[in-house]
Order: sequence, then C-alpha cells, then structure tokens
Amino acid sequence: MRHIISILMENEPGALSRVVGLFSQRNFNIETLNVAPTDDPTLSRLTVTTVGDDRVVEQITKHLNKLVDVVKLVDLTEGAHIERELMLVKVKATGSARDEVKRTVDIFRAQIVDVTPSLYTVQITGDAGKLDAFLQAMGPIGVLEVARTGVSGIARGEKILSV
Amino acid sequence: MELLSGADMIARFLKDEGVEYIYGYPGGAALHIYDALFRQDDVKHILVRHEQAATHMADGYARASGKPGVVLVTSGPGATNAVTGIATAYMDSIPMVVLCGQVASHLIGEDAFQETDIVGVTRPIVKHSFSVRHPSEIPTILKKAFYLASTGRPGPVVVDIPKDMTAPTERYEYVYPKKVKLRSYSPVTRGHAGQIKKAVDMMLKARRPVIFAGGGVISGRASEALTDLAKRLNLPVITSLMGLGAYPQNDRQSLGWPGMHGSYEANMAMHHSDLVFGIGVRFDDRVTNNVSKFCPTAKIIHVDIDPSSISKSVQADVPIVGAADNVLNEMLGLLSSRESVNQDALEAWWQQIEGWRSERAGKLYEPATPGEPLKPQQVVEAVHKITHGDAFVVTDVGQHQMFAGQYYKFNKPNRWISSSGLGTMGFGFPAANGIKLNYPDDDVVLFTGEGSFQMMMQELSTCKQFNIPVKIINLNNASLGMVRQWQDLNYKSRHAHSYMESLPDFEKLIEAYGFKAMTVRTLEELEPALEEAFRLKDELVFLDIHVDPREHVYPMQVPLGAMRDMLLSKTERT
Ligand SMILES: Cc1ncc(C[n+]2csc(CCOP(=O)(O)OP(=O)(O)O)c2C)c(N)n1
Ligand SMILES: [Mg+2]
Repeated sequence: MRHIISILMENEPGALSRVVGLFSQRNFNIETLNVAPTDDPTLSRLTVTTVGDDRVVEQITKHLNKLVDVVKLVDLTEGAHIERELMLVKVKATGSARDEVKRTVDIFRAQIVDVTPSLYTVQITGDAGKLDAFLQAMGPIGVLEVARTGVSGIARGEKILSV
Repeated sequence: MELLSGADMIARFLKDEGVEYIYGYPGGAALHIYDALFRQDDVKHILVRHEQAATHMADGYARASGKPGVVLVTSGPGATNAVTGIATAYMDSIPMVVLCGQVASHLIGEDAFQETDIVGVTRPIVKHSFSVRHPSEIPTILKKAFYLASTGRPGPVVVDIPKDMTAPTERYEYVYPKKVKLRSYSPVTRGHAGQIKKAVDMMLKARRPVIFAGGGVISGRASEALTDLAKRLNLPVITSLMGLGAYPQNDRQSLGWPGMHGSYEANMAMHHSDLVFGIGVRFDDRVTNNVSKFCPTAKIIHVDIDPSSISKSVQADVPIVGAADNVLNEMLGLLSSRESVNQDALEAWWQQIEGWRSERAGKLYEPATPGEPLKPQQVVEAVHKITHGDAFVVTDVGQHQMFAGQYYKFNKPNRWISSSGLGTMGFGFPAANGIKLNYPDDDVVLFTGEGSFQMMMQELSTCKQFNIPVKIINLNNASLGMVRQWQDLNYKSRHAHSYMESLPDFEKLIEAYGFKAMTVRTLEELEPALEEAFRLKDELVFLDIHVDPREHVYPMQVPLGAMRDMLLSKTERT
C-alpha cells in the first residue's frame, strides 16, 4: 500500500541526507520526496511517499523516529488527509492541438501560465492520481517536459503536526 | 570565566567527563588537539599503530566497562581507517565517541589535502554524528555525543572537528555542561504496564517456555534481575552470543547460546518451545536460521529498548519497548503476588531438555590423545580451567571464536568480548589491549587465529610502549579455518585461498618486540605452557598453539532449515 509520511526534522545540514540515506540503506523505496522550511525556522517538513506492506511501513516509521534529527512524524494515510502535488508541464500546442490542450486544461481545472507560438506551460495541482491522469490525457498531443514537486500533505480536521 | 581554545576545551571536557584513556593517532588536522593533550596530565592518550586498533581498543574497554570508549583520529586516512571499528561497534550497540580532525572550514568541499567527508562515509554506521561549526559549541556537542552514545540503545557517535575550530588563538568561555537535552531524543525506559502484565501471565501459563536474553541485558545492567526472574520461575535460559554471561553458565538452567554454532540443547529447546521471552535480543539471522521455520509453535514476547528491533525479523506477539532492568523488575514485582508456574508442564519440559542435554554430552568433539594434533576445543577448556572461568575472554573471528564461545563458560556479564554482528577479524588483539589497560589486575586472554592476528599484529608495538601484558592464545590451524570449513561443506573441499601459505615464525616475530612466545604442539606441552604464561603476570605472552586444521565447528545449522536442523559432526545430522 502507498503511504504518505510527513516528518518534522531539525533544520540542520546533514539531516536530509540521514533521512534519504535511511531509505536506501534499508532498502525502503521512495516514490516522491518533498522538503521545505516551516513557520518555525528550526524545523523543516519533509514528506515522503513510499509503498510497502504494513510490516515494512512500521519499520520505516520506527527507523525514521530513531534518527536524532527527526523530531516528529505522522503517517498521513492512517487517517483522513489532504494530499496535494503541483506540476508544471510543457505541452505541444500547435494547430488543432492548441484548442484541444486548452479544453483539457479547463476540464482538469489547471492553468496555462506561459505561452509560446508552439507550446503551453501548464500548472496543475491535485493528488498524484489527478496529475497522472492529466499527463495521460496529454500523452497523444505531446508532453515535452514535466516538473513535479512531489506530494505534500496534511491531516484533515483538528489534528496538528507540531512540536 | 575561563577562556579556552577549542582544542583545550576538548581536553578539559574529557577530564570533566571522567575519561581516563583515549586511543588515537595524530595527523595534521588533529595537531591542535594533540598539543592540548600534551599540555595536560589528566587524560592519557594511547598511541596505537593503526587507527582501526584505536576504535577496537575503545570498543573493548566499552564492552568490559559499559562506558563509552573514546577515539581521536586525524582527517582523511586517519578517519577512514577508523571506519571498520565504528561499524563493528555499531553492529553490536557499543558506546563510543570518535573525534575526527577535519580540514579547516574554508577548505571543506575543495578536495583539500586529507579531506574526507567522514560524516557522510560513516552515516549508516553511527547512532548520530556532529560537525563542529563554531568552537564555542564544542562542550555542548561533546556532551551530546557522550549522552547519545551511552543512553538508550548505545552506539558510536562521530564528531567531525575542522582544524580552525581548535585553533589556539580562538578562545571562548568554557563551562562543563552537566546535562544536555535533545528535543527529538528521549529513550524509553519504563515498559508498558499492561503489556508487562500480559507477558507475565503468558509466562505463568506456558508449557514449554524459554528465556532468550541478549546484549541488551548486559548493556542495560539487568543480569541480576534476569537471574532472579529465571530462578523464581525455574525457566530455561538461552543467551545470544552477545548476551553470553548475562546468566551464569554454571547454573543448571543455562542452556548456552543458540544459532548457527549454538548448543544442541539451546537450538532444540528454542525450536520446540511454546513461548520465547526475548529480552535485549534482535533475533538476527545467525540465530533464527530460516525465519519462516523459526519456532513454529511459540508465541514471542519481545522486550527491547529500541522499538525498531521489535518485529523486524520475527513478529512479536507481545512487544514491549523498555529498558531491560525496568521491565524485569516490574515483572518480579508482579510475581510476588501471584500463583506459581505451570508446574507439571514445566517439569515435563525440563525432562525433555535434560534429554537433549544428555544426548550430546561427552560427544561434542574427540579430544586428542597424547601424540595427536591438539584439538582447539581442548585448548579452550584448558584455558578456562587455568583462569578459573574468571578472565576477560576476547576473541577474533573464525572457528577459534566459536570454540571460545562454546567451551569457555561465563558466569558474569561483560567478560565475553567478541565482534558478533560485524564479525571483524582483527578486532581481538586491540580490544584485549583496551581491556587490560583498564583492568590491570584481571587476566585478559585473547583467543585468536593466525589469520585474524595478522590483521592487527602491528599492535605488538603499542603493547610494548604502554606495557600491556595480555595473554595471546593463537589457535594456529595454518588456515582460514572458518572459510575452509564452508569450503569443505559447500565447495567439495576446494580450498580457494583459505590456506595460509607463508606463516611467519611467530616465536621470532613476538620476540622481535621483546615479548615471550612459546610454541605448543602436543597435549603434554599444553598445560606447562599455559601455567608459565599465566604465572608471568606482568608480561605479554604469546602461545602459538598448533591445532588440528581438519577440525570443524559443530553443531552447525543447516542452511534454510529450522533451528533444530543441525549438523552435529562430520557424519551426524539431526
Ligand atoms: C576483516 C574480515 N575479513 C574476512 C572475514 C571472513 N572470515 C571469517 S572467518 C575467516 C577466517 C579466520 O581465520 P583465522 O583467524 O585463522 O581463524 P580460524 O577460523 O582459522 O580459527 C575469514 C576470512 C572476516 N570475518 N573479517
Ligand atoms: Mg586459522
């Protein structure tokens, strides 16, 4: 099963490499990885999506918790949560494809954020599934470049991840 | 207010932390620190002849004392030479603080002379690491390093110290930090009361229970509580190799250690048990054999201070995160108000165990008769006898290590010193030196092989400089015996590079350093040589004992089998 794990870690050099290193060292897989500072300058938030059965994911969270730089973590997929990813895509937009792209962009509630005579740059947010679906829809027309941020997420309701 | 340079802070901190010895080797990036050590007398530095030896010395001391060993090396090659010893300590959860010199801050990343990203290199084999970025941080960082190394599940901590952090001209206020706090690190101590109660209930109801105790009982100083509990409930006790000595082996309830070369009765009992009470163990693959066939009828209680050890390889039915002594004492507390064990079932269980025990008694190996080549096992037994089972026994890695573990019987914790998790050849000699230095009145015996000894034999020079009179028992089978054994069993005796073609004359080699060496070839020579070696209290003595190279270590678990599937000799199997 796919899991989204959000981690608050010390905003220190080396902390990120410890987290990432753990995954390769223990043969855990990383599907996406996203890291940025938080409102607290001493903390970064890192979100990783991984796939594994319950036993593997239990090991992942235990080993992450053991890292001295990891202050707190949550497996968002254990409860209701909001998952978002942002993607920028350059797609071919010539001839009849130009309208076709525009229509699909509207259907997906994406935005065209840059234009040239031959291509559109599209910005789209959503869960990973929606982004995949958009890429699939664009496939026959011609996807030229993809930049995805990796998944970020937060629990629904009152639950708060903080120190 | 006291102003000190970073280098002086390090020396002063070590004194304030109560460190008596540090083990190391100098070089450019560490020279400010060496100068600070030169200008004080409290902390004694032991100069090794290879940085790996410094880590093993510190490790040996840590295993014997339970306190962190301290290492000081220079950047680049000094630090990389220490890597094997750091990994060795990591695998066996040994507390260690490794101070590494580093090139000056402004050179980091420039591929400067003797620059290695040692924090990066050691990342997977440390509990944690620090890089010093300002001299004023040094006391706090060092305190954190010692705190992390020695609490919770112990382990090595690396501190990377760029040369400019220790410059004599840069001086800052020094205060010894009595305490440090890390918001993200608070090792659990107390186990969950409900889980503990459940575990006790299961132990009282069990029909075929075994205790399986490991290194966590030793590092957690819980041997006494373990012994109390086992005695109270009359339970059979198996210790892992790391846990050897956690329960007295001269006691009837001790079944020895399990696993690859474990005792027949330990492997049989654990396989047939209906309840394994594991404490401070990690159910590693050298114990379980094929995990899918592991203890088919047993429920598992697993106590460990490290949650990630629990249900890693073997799924626990009752997981308990907690310190061994706390959990055991809680259990003892619960027992006093309760009815006793399942008496009848336990009696039948003991009968079965005694059956296994007597099945193999007297058949473990065939001792040499006079004139025949000595058997390594009988050498270990003779050493056990002459040291009254009371020595620090240090080993290298190979057949001799297994024989030492099988035939020396340990009644106290912290006396069996062996690289178990990593299996580091070369570990033994420096580790023995580290112990002898700190325990000058105790016998320290090294069981080594001619292969392992040659990996660290330069340390003879360290022994000469600091007068470290260890007793070295070289079980010389003129081959990499353990490798050879596997080749006998799995490769039709094609001995690819397991034969030592050109051994030195060990007597001459040892004598070149001014030490005493004796060669022993027969049973008649053995006892007198041992007697003389141990009579010479203050001298390093090396016994080159020629043993039968054809000997194999048995029992030996059959690959992919269950714990009970063992070869018992070259011709018998369960
Ligand atoms: C540093 C290192 N290299 C290789 C090995 C693999 N290995 C395990 S036992 C062994 C042979 C050890 O020979 P010796 O020290 O003579 O001991 P013996 O088995 O003969 O008693 C080897 C090569 C190891 N454990 N450590
Ligand atoms: Mg050998």
